[in-house]
Amino acid sequence: MSVKTMTAAVNEAIDQEMARDERVFVAGEDVRVGGPFGTEAGLHAKYGDKRIVNTAISELALTGIGVGAAAVGLRPIIEIMIMDFVTVAMDQIVNQMAKMKYMLGGQATLPIVVTTHAGVDSSSAAQHSGSLEAWFCHVPGLKVLMPSNAYDAKGLLTAAIRDDNPVIFISNKRCLQTSCEVPDEPFALPLGVAEVKREGRDLTIVATGRLVIDALDVAETLAGQGISVEVIDPRTLSPLDMDTILASVRKTSRAIVAHEAVRTCGIGAEIAARISDEAFDYLDAPVKRVGAPFTPVPFAPLLEDRYLPGKAQILDAVREIGLTT
Amino acid sequence: MEITNEHMVRMLTQMLRIREFDERAARLMEQARVKGSVHLYCGEEAIGVGVCESLRADDYITSTHRGHGHLIAKGGDPKRMYAELFAKASGYNGGKGGSMHLAALDLGIIGANGIVAAGAPIALGVAFASQYQDNDRVTVCFFGDGATNEGAFHEAVNMAAILKAPVIFVCENNGYGEWSPTATQTSVADIADRAAAYGIPGVVIDGMDLAAVYEAAGEAVARARSGGGPSLLECKTYRFYDHVGRDFGVLQRDPEEIAYWRARDPILLWRNRLEELGVLSSTDADALHASVVGEMEAAIAWADAQPDPHPDALFTDVYTEPAA
Repeated sequence: MSVKTMTAAVNEAIDQEMARDERVFVAGEDVRVGGPFGTEAGLHAKYGDKRIVNTAISELALTGIGVGAAAVGLRPIIEIMIMDFVTVAMDQIVNQMAKMKYMLGGQATLPIVVTTHAGVDSSSAAQHSGSLEAWFCHVPGLKVLMPSNAYDAKGLLTAAIRDDNPVIFISNKRCLQTSCEVPDEPFALPLGVAEVKREGRDLTIVATGRLVIDALDVAETLAGQGISVEVIDPRTLSPLDMDTILASVRKTSRAIVAHEAVRTCGIGAEIAARISDEAFDYLDAPVKRVGAPFTPVPFAPLLEDRYLPGKAQILDAVREIGLTT
Repeated sequence: MEITNEHMVRMLTQMLRIREFDERAARLMEQARVKGSVHLYCGEEAIGVGVCESLRADDYITSTHRGHGHLIAKGGDPKRMYAELFAKASGYNGGKGGSMHLAALDLGIIGANGIVAAGAPIALGVAFASQYQDNDRVTVCFFGDGATNEGAFHEAVNMAAILKAPVIFVCENNGYGEWSPTATQTSVADIADRAAAYGIPGVVIDGMDLAAVYEAAGEAVARARSGGGPSLLECKTYRFYDHVGRDFGVLQRDPEEIAYWRARDPILLWRNRLEELGVLSSTDADALHASVVGEMEAAIAWADAQPDPHPDALFTDVYTEPAA
């Protein structure tokens, strides 16, 4: 166990799984130099051109390398540098890797991990700041992971690499810079299992990615006011662990769902709808959603600050359901 | 190139099997016994057969929406193909794919594809895997002229050239992209010219001439297998029928154009050649043709008798479950 950044935890998961399984390789843009976030730092020196495949700026073709190689027995990690760039690779992700097993009547097994970096950071503007996880949650055949800390990142990525399905692994850029205690040895967390990050009685906040950090801060603040908040991080957005979420809501009778992505049609909408469907009788207030406004991500820091959902928006939602004034 | 008499006859047989498979598939579609629709390979048989006869059983192909010919040429079983077209449980895809997604991974057939040019990045990945696994298998990527106007094609060819991946890009230029003439969609007269942009060999081939296809494919396969990297083969051919089925009803083609290409029917040309060479007599050829017809009728009868998918098949194969 040692303190690691999420970047280092991601790097360690890739390194340890590559060491464990010869079939695992990484293909992506600039992975030879470790990638712009450092998630592949040092791996080229260790594994060489064969297993750290530095590709052209061709997201569609490099994702195709993953689909084709997986179809004949390899276990590719495909890095899409910035999440907004997935648009270029969408056919290979949505029409090919997600559907191939089904369309082929089960003939194909596609153990592919698509890793990507999402979210608002440092005035990166509208084409380098997106959180597009909901798109992939809408596609049967894919699993979608979004860790909020270094520990979960290592355990989830390790599980993703060992999983026999296509998995989209999304690292929030600001989460990558955070640190916590992480085991040094390889370990896998179960996919499709949420974690209760903080227990509470009065309110459930289901938060994803960076908003987990904000939700935990809000919970601490509200504890000082005598309000007990339970914080749940689904960690896996598809398949979603509704059992853990519903058990919490049945206990607290109030729920807020919070994510960085645009609120409209976000994963929060699905979670809120399912809470309404399956725990309606337990609710004392409407399920509130926190997310970004329905605009592209702006450039100017003052606009970016206004855009970005965080503690203030969660507290607004808490007030809206009448828990504080 | 030396081709044994036996091999010449086998290639004629393969072309006949593809032709008779698709002629029947068309009529069965018109009768709604084939579900969905079919894109017919009739007229293009010399390409699939000439190329696949240059491959080993452990080599790979990716195919297209017009893919029945590729499957048969690579060893696909017409019984299971018809069963899939009939949406039966015994079809190659268990009735969950249909014509446009036919695949047989155990035969190295990575699959037809409903998305134009999508096979190119996948073929690149399969070929990459052969390099990675250090085997000497090659991958053939079949696609039409229209696919060469898709970004996926250009990304894949560029990356294949950089990686020297053992992949052969085989363009079946049949003169039409869906319902539009190739010349209205494609900036060059010869698609093979596009190879120059990626620094790989590009060759124009008469796609109605089986021997020409076989010879050019053999060279490209040998090059790929020996580490020489990818090639682009452009086979000039003609789609005897419409984009979908025999006559979809939206495209009027010049009857003279059709007659010109019909006179260059690759099966007719090859059969005539074998008869001229004395490889087989006209009577032998007729008997061969009749036996192929019999095989296809039997395959249809077999497929017809197969069970439908279980209703719960709707929910299976979405994910791979962990081994127990």
